Formats: sequence, structure tokens, C-alpha cells
Amino acid sequence: MDILGMIEKVVTSNGLVVAFAMVGLVMWVAYSLSKLTKGRIHGSAIAILLGLILAWIGGAVSGGSKGLADITFFAGLGTMGGSMLRDYAIVSTAFGARFEEIKKAGLPGILSLFVGIISAYIVGVIFALIFGYHTAADLATIGAGAVTFVVGPVTGAATGASSEVIAVSIAAGVVKSIVVMIATPFLAKPFGLNNSKSAMVYGGLMGTTSGTAAGLAATDARLVPYGAMTATFYTGLGCLLCSLSDHQRYLPLGISFIG
Amino acid sequence: MVIYGVTLLSVCYFIGVLLGDILGQLVGVGSNVGGVGFAMILLIILSNKFLNDNHLSKQAQDGLNFWSSMYIPIVVAMTCGQNVYAAITAGPLAILAGIIAVLVGFLLMPLISKIGKPAEPLPPLTPAKED
Repeated sequence: MDILGMIEKVVTSNGLVVAFAMVGLVMWVAYSLSKLTKGRIHGSAIAILLGLILAWIGGAVSGGSKGLADITFFAGLGTMGGSMLRDYAIVSTAFGARFEEIKKAGLPGILSLFVGIISAYIVGVIFALIFGYHTAADLATIGAGAVTFVVGPVTGAATGASSEVIAVSIAAGVVKSIVVMIATPFLAKPFGLNNSKSAMVYGGLMGTTSGTAAGLAATDARLVPYGAMTATFYTGLGCLLCSLSDHQRYLPLGISFIG
Repeated sequence: MVIYGVTLLSVCYFIGVLLGDILGQLVGVGSNVGGVGFAMILLIILSNKFLNDNHLSKQAQDGLNFWSSMYIPIVVAMTCGQNVYAAITAGPLAILAGIIAVLVGFLLMPLISKIGKPAEPLPPLTPAKED
């Protein structure tokens, strides 16, 4: 009997169930490590860090773009952590959220979206200039990549940027999203991310859905519905604003004059 | 029944995402605009209404609570699927732009949070709520 072959068959045809078991194991390891730090580092923060390390290993081994989910044995992680179940779980966190809190943060929440998109875009354009990119299409694409890794390629396709520039813009967005995941629990306290209002502003400023989802989970899960609420408007608004900057070529050109 | 809570969540999700797609079409971007946000607002309004009218049984609430307590594990699964390898090997431009964009965001957060009425910090977590 080919036991290994049979195990492989069961695993590959039941990917999602295997993912449930594996994530449970990661959570258990993470919360045990958290106890060792006497709870100073939150268990979910450690779990997210472990997840990122596993994703790095997966990417290094498989050469694919989906982290550990590119390894056949762990393919179910792609379903469990894919956008459908992720968004479904995000929506479910709204059960128990308070509408009054959301109304209270209405204006700063909306403002944070615009400020977040424009500031990320400017940062991207400035670094693109420093690294020697000068055409409006390149600058707009890399600037949009610093907004999120969805807005970058959308803008790149619209401006006709080269695939090398689009790759840089996606990478900038992925880096941003991962930095948000890792940095949020550490920066939350000094920057006052401890109430529903600042969580909504945070969601609007950072925008990356995966980044804010993980960053807030690692900080305080009760903040999730508020941060996710604004973050969910970010990518769409980002595509809109970045396409405007492309038509008129104001933003990248304006900044390149300063540069 | 537990499924009633899950159904409520699913209906809100579906309507919200559909609205987000429609809004995306209307403003002329290819992507979804705020679908998850609309779904969340719908769920808050409907679940509050059903709770007040006593139409949401304990089991139905359990159906909703199950998914919200699966949130962190799902996010951990999501992090396992991130393209961390590409991010680390991306070269200095992508890495610097990504890091500085986040830092600028954090610096702006306290400024924007000051607008309007101040908000109270959440009460500290009790150890029992850890998981």
C-alpha cells in the first residue's frame, strides 16, 4: 500500500479542511509563544508574523506568487485566506459594531481616504524620481503602486507603462501591505490607535485591505469593523484618483518640476 | 437556527458587494468601490433591527459570531498566501516607497483623528477575551 500517495490524495482533495487544521496549529504555536512573552506581544500578532514567514518560505521554495498556498500540500490556504472568505469574515465583524461610532468618525474617515491616497501617491512618485524614472506614465504607475498593489497595475495598464515598471509598482504595494501588518501593533499605542474613530482614520490612511485586516487583528480585534469600513473604499477611490492624475498628468508632472 | 444568522450575513455580503460593483461601474473604475463597507453598514442596521424586535435567536447570533471569531484565523491564512518573497527581493525602490508610505500614514493619523469630537479609548481587554 502506498501510504504516502494516499495521504497526498486525501490532502489535495480536501485542501480547505487541511488549511483549517494547519491554521489552528499556527494559532496554537503563536498563542503559546505569546504566553512566553507574558502576553506582551499579542498572540494574533505572532500568528500573523508566523504566517508571513511561512509565506516567505513558500515563495522561496515554489517560486510562485501566492506564498505557501503555491505548494500543493497547502493549496487550501488560498481558499481559506482568499478574498471571498476574508471579506465575508470582515463583514461578520460588523455584528456588534455601533453605528453611532461610525457616524462620529464620518468626516475624518472620508478625509483620511483622500489624504491617505494622495500622500501614498506622492511618496511613490518622489521615490520613483529619486530612482531615475521621469516619464509621467512611470511616475503615475509607481505612485499608484504605493497606494495599493491593485491600483498600481490598474494605473499602469491605463498609462501604458512597461511591465518592469508595473512589477515595481506591485512590489511597492505588497511591501506596503506587509509593513502595515507588521508595524501596526507596535505603532498603535504611540499614535493613539485605540478607539473606533482613530481606527476608521487608520483604515482610510492605509487602505490596503489585507494590511489593515491583519494589522488591526494583531492590535485589537474590536477595532477591525471600523478600520475595515473605510479601507474598503480606498482601492476603488484610489483607482479613480490615479486615473484622473493620468488623464491630466498634473500630479506626477507637478512633482517632477519640484524634483 | 444557526443558519439564519449565516443567511443574514450572506445576504448583506451579497447586496453590499453588488452595490460596490455598481458604484465602481458608475464612477468608471474597473474595481469594487466600498462593497464590504456597504455590506457592513447593512449588517449593522439589520442585525440591530432584528435584535430589537427579538427576531434574532441565540443560535442565529451564534452563526454570526462563529464567522467573526474565524476572522483572525482567516487573516492568518491570508498572510500565509502573501507574496513575501517578491516583496523582500523587490529592490530598494519598492521597499522604500512601501515603508515610507506607511510611516507617512501613521504620522498623519493623529492629525486627522483630532477633527470632530474626540473618541474614548476602548476599555482594556480582559484576559478572558484573549481568544
